[in-house]
Amino acid sequence: MSKTLFDKVWDSHVIKKINNGPDVLFIDRHMVHEVTSPVAFLGLKKRNIKVLFPEKTFATADHNTPTRNQHLPVKDYLSSKQLEALEKNAQYHGISYWGLGHEKNGIVHVIGPEHGITLPGATIVCGDSHTSTHGAFGAIAFGIGTSEVEMVLSTQCIMQPKPKKMRININGKLNDSVTPKDVALFIISKLSTSGATGYFVEYSGKVFSEMSMEGRMTVCNLSIEMGARGGMIAPDNKTFDYIKGREFAPQNGEWDEVMKYWKTLKSDDDADFDKEYDFDGTKIEPMITYGTNPGMGIAINSGIPYSNQHGGNIETFQKSLDYMNYSQGDKILGKKIDFVFLGSCTNGRIEDFRAFTNIVKGRKKSPNVTAWLVPGSHRVEKAIKEEGLLNILNQSGFELREPGCSACLAMNDDKIPTGKYAVSTSNRNFEGRQGPGSRTLLASPIVAAAAAITGKVTDPRDL
Amino acid sequence: MAYDKFKILKSTAVPLPIENIDTDQIIPARFLKATERRGFGDNLFRDWRYYSNNKPKDDFVLNNNKYCGKILVGGKNFGSGSSREHAAWAIYDYGFRCVISSFFADIFKNNCLNIGVLPVQISSDFLEIIFEKIYKDPSTLVTVDLTEQSVKISGSEHYENFQINDYKKNNMLNGYDDIDFLLNLKESIKSFSKKTPL
Repeated sequence: MSKTLFDKVWDSHVIKKINNGPDVLFIDRHMVHEVTSPVAFLGLKKRNIKVLFPEKTFATADHNTPTRNQHLPVKDYLSSKQLEALEKNAQYHGISYWGLGHEKNGIVHVIGPEHGITLPGATIVCGDSHTSTHGAFGAIAFGIGTSEVEMVLSTQCIMQPKPKKMRININGKLNDSVTPKDVALFIISKLSTSGATGYFVEYSGKVFSEMSMEGRMTVCNLSIEMGARGGMIAPDNKTFDYIKGREFAPQNGEWDEVMKYWKTLKSDDDADFDKEYDFDGTKIEPMITYGTNPGMGIAINSGIPYSNQHGGNIETFQKSLDYMNYSQGDKILGKKIDFVFLGSCTNGRIEDFRAFTNIVKGRKKSPNVTAWLVPGSHRVEKAIKEEGLLNILNQSGFELREPGCSACLAMNDDKIPTGKYAVSTSNRNFEGRQGPGSRTLLASPIVAAAAAITGKVTDPRDL
Repeated sequence: MAYDKFKILKSTAVPLPIENIDTDQIIPARFLKATERRGFGDNLFRDWRYYSNNKPKDDFVLNNNKYCGKILVGGKNFGSGSSREHAAWAIYDYGFRCVISSFFADIFKNNCLNIGVLPVQISSDFLEIIFEKIYKDPSTLVTVDLTEQSVKISGSEHYENFQINDYKKNNMLNGYDDIDFLLNLKESIKSFSKKTPL
């Protein structure tokens, strides 16, 4: 029977099927961080059991960590307790832990691919919804809750019904200044934040095959923002080249063997999807959001929709605009902004910093803008320095912080103040997401860079 | 380890007819710093419920004495966003045992089922009726019966059935937990792991 890429990976990991119930799914890689794991480890303690496969479990600190002075003790008491708990738990259970200051430390979804932990055909979970990032390699990767973290720690399995399958095809050549982030925001604006709930998405077509691995990670990362369990892209030579030689990737002798399997990881020509969408890549413009969910995105050179064009509940739509202090029909270009955040598991990789630097090079940051540039990992930070990007950024008036999730969810001190506007390369513009009362406009690194220079929402093509 | 059993819940309900209520609203990230599952109910809907000086916002439903109960009724696409189980914990810790909506985000729904909060998905028409009834009379009782998979409104003929898979239903009815089930499969899991290529 014909199978989709998703079927192939899912079906090969099912240990047991329960009639009118979930599948028992074996998990190849489990990523763990400080915020969603302590209660799970506590559960193991109560049951008096240990982690079943510590070698398949990788822990890092990223969510609540400071982005300055990481060499000093963490000032926030509760954050420091969470970090201590993870360190102790990792040690007790024999899990590798890349804590603050470790050269491999960084955002969980940035370091997985960097070190070859993320592999095609693998099942990967983490107590974080943006685990979907790893789908860029043809893995089934998705976020889980803490009860499920406990399940995976103790049994290396989770129990979930198999999701339905969706394919999103985008062909055509992308326009100048249109990045993978714009492609993702475009798709979410078409499908809404719940349009893919219950589905696992495969991205297919020329736009994705021509996209870099880091670009694919950005797209898959945002799958959850349209409600999808996850998103994936069939692995190709670009994928294999990216993985080869990385520390945890199959080495020499194993490589040829595993490549035979990896080359089978694509949807069969006549495979069935429960839902399919086609979009024209040439129609996508640089995008930006104007509201309080990622589905509220528009082309940067267009206007905020009227409530009758929006489609959803009118009160909810108006509540969102009131929060942003925007009006229906407003042009988004020229709106004043106060902060710029470059970073997160969505756009905190080296290509994002290259794109940002390329725009600000030879220009000066607006004095009215506070910019937080936070690399996704120490590896990314190192590359920024080695490639000479840091010098250019410094000359343009920007500083670099230390790696972590930072202002994406504002668990640490990196909080956008009440009422202020931030153009952010992260993934969520929910009310208060970046700090109580903060107002977020999601965009690509290029659009963020243009806003940092002018102090207002600016089409990078107009600079 | 068992959690609360759920068979029938008859209670007044709290209406929150906003769409796309995300987990950052249910519990903002700055309250996720605990290392134990305790006290999350205090910060349920924190920024909708309190001003920054911790004074309650009178116009928010949880601060309105007219509305109380063990059932939370929310707008479409309830629980979108992050995978934080803390959102489900906060709802439980506050005292809710059931959330009714016309649509749930996947991870939130799973998290609820895993801790003993029943997510009940009904049609948008029936959801409107429930909102209407509660607003008209906040003492309206809503009955959620897991055994027969039904939602009824007292003093009204309106009712609807809801879906839940047999496995999860059985877990909820008996307070069973997935890990106990999986621990019994440990040997097959171990032998399976030897066959996986990765």
